[in-house]
Amino acid sequence: MTITLDDLVLVLTECAGADDDVTLTGQNLDVPFTDLGYDSLALLETAALMKQRFAVDLTDEEVTGIETPREFLDRVNHAAAQAA
Amino acid sequence: MTLATPAAQETPERTGRPTAVITGIGVAAPNGLGTEQWWQSTLQGTSGIGPVVDYDASRYPSRLVGRIDGFEAAEHIPGRLLPQTDRVTRLALVAGAEALADADADPAELAEQDGYGEYGCGVVTSNATGGFEFTHREIRKLWTQGPQQVSVYESFAWFYAVNTGQLSIRHKLRGPSGVLVSEQAGGLDAIGQSRRTLRQGVKLSLTGGMDSSLDPWGLVSHLASGRLSRSDDPATAYLPFDTRAAGQVPGEGGAMLVLEEETAARARGARVYGEIAGYAATFSPRPGSGRPPGLERAARLALADSGLGVEDVDVVFADAAGLPTADDEEAAALRALFGPYGVPVTAPKTLTGRLFGGGAPLDVAAALLALRDGVIPPTAGIDRPVPEHRLDLVRGTPRHTPLRTALVLARGHGGFNAAVVVRSPEAA
Repeated sequence: MTITLDDLVLVLTECAGADDDVTLTGQNLDVPFTDLGYDSLALLETAALMKQRFAVDLTDEEVTGIETPREFLDRVNHAAAQAA
Repeated sequence: MTLATPAAQETPERTGRPTAVITGIGVAAPNGLGTEQWWQSTLQGTSGIGPVVDYDASRYPSRLVGRIDGFEAAEHIPGRLLPQTDRVTRLALVAGAEALADADADPAELAEQDGYGEYGCGVVTSNATGGFEFTHREIRKLWTQGPQQVSVYESFAWFYAVNTGQLSIRHKLRGPSGVLVSEQAGGLDAIGQSRRTLRQGVKLSLTGGMDSSLDPWGLVSHLASGRLSRSDDPATAYLPFDTRAAGQVPGEGGAMLVLEEETAARARGARVYGEIAGYAATFSPRPGSGRPPGLERAARLALADSGLGVEDVDVVFADAAGLPTADDEEAAALRALFGPYGVPVTAPKTLTGRLFGGGAPLDVAAALLALRDGVIPPTAGIDRPVPEHRLDLVRGTPRHTPLRTALVLARGHGGFNAAVVVRSPEAA
């Protein structure tokens, strides 16, 4: 299966909350997470829940190196393909 | 830094010391969320003490708490902050925002102005119990589901300093900041430290304290102190200075205050509630040492710091432990300072329970509004004052009288004592 942007938005919102002013959509896949208001802890939390939901395991070093939503999706889908 | 003699150290501080005034108040209390609601409740004698309702506490030996009902964090806090904050931090953020709005001060804007700069505004708060409810939930995940399930935000959501940190981030309070942990005296120590930062050039410092730890684990921890009342009657469970005094009721909440250097506050046209004219802290000797407890000394040092005498004090907001020995000690200190029945004494915390790091800042807020309105809020429920205390306790109904100077006392378990002298702006 492919982990989609919708999956990421659900998990990210659950882990790090959401605001009306900045929302993650297909339009800002290449905007850095920091500009979207999500810091490194938010991504670590998101990666932890991704592991529970989708059994994809990223190391903390991999997670903290990720800058954009597109990179995040590429990483988790790559890891999912490796695991399959 | 060179070593200086004590005299050389004290002189510049005393002569060149900036005047610290309070220009904003924010309150989260069991008998009122928001300053106005709480102050009305305080004057009307409306209590926020009641039975635990969030879980079954029927098998706990103490079942009464001062809980803030109807607090919906999502109505006040940005969504991004909800997953990473304990209830205590949410309360601190709400009260902090209220205090800054009340002071009509936006630190981000002030940073752009002459005399402020990026580090001209700071935040110093007190907290005694950390983020209990959040930690309770995460520790439960740890032992039921494993470490992978524990929120990464537990890393700081539990921590005493987290309220200061979140307030700093949210309001761009980047100047000298800190957190004071000295149990229930901490709120006054935070105000004292906040005042010290003005001497380092800070123009505005958000200060005060907040605590919340009434979840099942938190209540068990309070029980372990052995100081909680076992009464089931909210009206008589916490009765300081009463012959029936038999323990304390734990509550949640506190107050945030905007402290400013007076010249800067006047220059921007701020409304001034009053001055933090004096502050001191002492530590009591160990029990059984034969030496006297340190509360009286803290009061004398705070008065000396303010340049005022005992005859200037118009009202005392007492620590009011609700434990017979501690009440006797505080009454003795008050008699030694003011003589028998020498000054009106009150304890509006009888309506909220004890708020740990948040309690004393709430008393300072009450003192400021008492000075403003010329009214001493009453101590609730005290029908049988201990005759030997010889205190002029303000009981039952508010006492209307002109007020210029208030003394606020606080004690923390383990020996902490602190005192603050609050002066009305007209008198300052």
